[in-house]
Amino acid sequence: MTVNIRFDPIRLPKICQDLRHEVRDFLHEEEAAGTFDRRENAMGGIFNKEFSRKVGAKGWIGMSWPKKYGGHERTFLERYVVTEEMRVANAPVRGHFTADRQSGPIILKLADEDIKADILPRIAAGECTFCIGMSEPSNGSDLFAARVKATKTDGGWLINGSKIWTSYAHLADYMIALFRTSPCTKENRRHGLTNFLVDLKNFNDIKINPVVNLRGQHEFNEVVFEDTFIPDQYVLGEIDGAWKQATSELAYERSGPERFLETSYVLFELAQVLGKQPDSRAAEGLGRLVAGLHTLRRMSVSVNGMLQAGEEPTIQGSLVKDLGTIWEQELPAKARDLATFVPPGNSNRASFDALLNYGIQVAPKLTIQGGTTEVLRGIIARGLGLR
Amino acid sequence: MNGSDNIIINTTAKILNDLCDPQTINNSNDEKWKSTLWSALEENGLTRAWVPEEFNGVGADVADGFEILRIAGQFAIPVPIAETLLAGWLLSETGLNVPDGMLSIAPVNQHDTVMLDENDTLTGTAHQIPFGRDVAQVVVLAEKSGQTFLALVNREDCILQQYDSHASEPRDTIEFNRVSPVQCAETKVTRDHLLRMGAAIRCSEMGGALQHILNIAVQYSKEREAFGRPISKFQAVQHNLAQLAGEAAAAVSAASSAADTINSGDGFNDAGFLEIASAKIRAGEAAGKGAAIGHQVHGAIGYTTEHILHRYTQRLWSWRDDFGGESVWAVALGEFVAANGADQLWPTIAAR
Repeated sequence: MTVNIRFDPIRLPKICQDLRHEVRDFLHEEEAAGTFDRRENAMGGIFNKEFSRKVGAKGWIGMSWPKKYGGHERTFLERYVVTEEMRVANAPVRGHFTADRQSGPIILKLADEDIKADILPRIAAGECTFCIGMSEPSNGSDLFAARVKATKTDGGWLINGSKIWTSYAHLADYMIALFRTSPCTKENRRHGLTNFLVDLKNFNDIKINPVVNLRGQHEFNEVVFEDTFIPDQYVLGEIDGAWKQATSELAYERSGPERFLETSYVLFELAQVLGKQPDSRAAEGLGRLVAGLHTLRRMSVSVNGMLQAGEEPTIQGSLVKDLGTIWEQELPAKARDLATFVPPGNSNRASFDALLNYGIQVAPKLTIQGGTTEVLRGIIARGLGLR
Repeated sequence: MNGSDNIIINTTAKILNDLCDPQTINNSNDEKWKSTLWSALEENGLTRAWVPEEFNGVGADVADGFEILRIAGQFAIPVPIAETLLAGWLLSETGLNVPDGMLSIAPVNQHDTVMLDENDTLTGTAHQIPFGRDVAQVVVLAEKSGQTFLALVNREDCILQQYDSHASEPRDTIEFNRVSPVQCAETKVTRDHLLRMGAAIRCSEMGGALQHILNIAVQYSKEREAFGRPISKFQAVQHNLAQLAGEAAAAVSAASSAADTINSGDGFNDAGFLEIASAKIRAGEAAGKGAAIGHQVHGAIGYTTEHILHRYTQRLWSWRDDFGGESVWAVALGEFVAANGADQLWPTIAAR
């Protein structure tokens, strides 16, 4: 077998670059109006319902979805541009981003008509926040070991157990969660899991407990279900067959620009603090960082172009996330070295240090969230025919 | 530029499959394969891919030429097809005739300068000239009172000192001591253009070589058993190979993006600089990491002359140095983005 991993040199069409300027103008206006500050926001404050509503009104949520569900029937490449401009501006997108990227598409694909008609237009309007219920206290990377139990009852299911590391569950309206509806089988350890839509605001018997991260911020939660009743209508897709639905979505989740731009503020601050005439040592380091970012971006655009063409570039998506998260994780450490000789009195030094120090503390999570480095390399190895 | 429907690409692959098998070349005791291979490449017009039809060339897309070189990299190409393509491009851009045979180019770094004097003879020294002693003629970019000229010279008229690359291929020093060119004309091509094309060429070759190293490393890991099972079943080996795949993918992506930029006419503006510099930096980094993993997976057998792995890794170590190594391009790219100001950094990247 010959391994052929393709990345076509796809360019963003003019319509995308025009849209990019529209998004930049919008973001500058919002900054000028005091909605957010890109330096402050790099260090948190990324949840802002009012901002999400404005983005929705612009037509930049659910961009590729059908118009009848509030979508805009635009391309993945147009969505790509919006995502990266929001990301590099540290815009407060948390209120809608998860729903836009993955929850909405799952609902579009798997939910029944009433739910689609109810929820999708609200997501697209920026009025509906989602979180993801995958990890559990006893299993994170190993998704198919999920144990939170759904037991069939009259007209629905009773849920018992805990999900954890659930980002922004305390602010979310809904969760899409993976629950165990049957034991796995000898032949297929992935069997027996089902996706459910959970209405966090209206279902009873759900407790959301904060888990504070090492920076002292409340981002994660533990979500506890105690005989929580979920009506049959909220089952998403095939009972016991969630594993079949998982794979094609992963390329979307893993190849986006948010997978290498999370600490990009450190790069921009570094360029600022080094000034217009850095010494050779600093220039070399800056050049290597830019080369890495440019290459990642070209790979990521390529994957999104392949998705737009209806392909399933699963390995390519995992490669982009592996390379991308390593790059964004190493960025703060490299920037720290490169700026070593910038004197403390430099007028940009304090601002650089603040964002650098934040980036250094964020770095460890980047290769854990959304699929660890080890899991990704396992997927790549499978694609290479090694498993 | 998709392989399946492109006659130039298919022809390249077929000729190299038939006449450039790395194992056969590695086992051979003489260099008879060389003239057979070169004749086939030349007869099929592949060495003149970047020469327009009116100059007796093939007039292929620039992108096709880079694709030829990516495939050549997959075979650890041991003949100067890249150098001959580049020489043909330089001569054609200048409106000069392109001779048959293997060609090389000079200078190939930012330090060496060759001068054209008032008698129209060439003086100067050019180092690291690829395949210098193997070619009959060299294309030389020369300066004369602020203007740039392109000259074709007979290599015999020059003084040559032999030096070898990691792959034991010529990287000779050529001294021009009042050499009269065979052809000479003022040119719009600059040294910067030459170095950019050279860098992009090596990126395509490095991408191809890394793709092949990935293939043979994956294959070897499935065949070699240790501790009672194929080493491909060990997670540590799997993760090494996954990283190798990432490096190969990054090199090929960066190279094809740079080639695409040159193809669309933006190779020599600021966008082209970002693309080509990034590609040479990233592909060069991938060459180092990729070669290391390739060797690690192959174990001791890969560290022998009988195995073909070294034909690839030695060329990667050599190609990453040619036309400026990673550090050379990184300093230039860093200075470029710094001079443009921090606010322009993201818009510059996002415009690509």
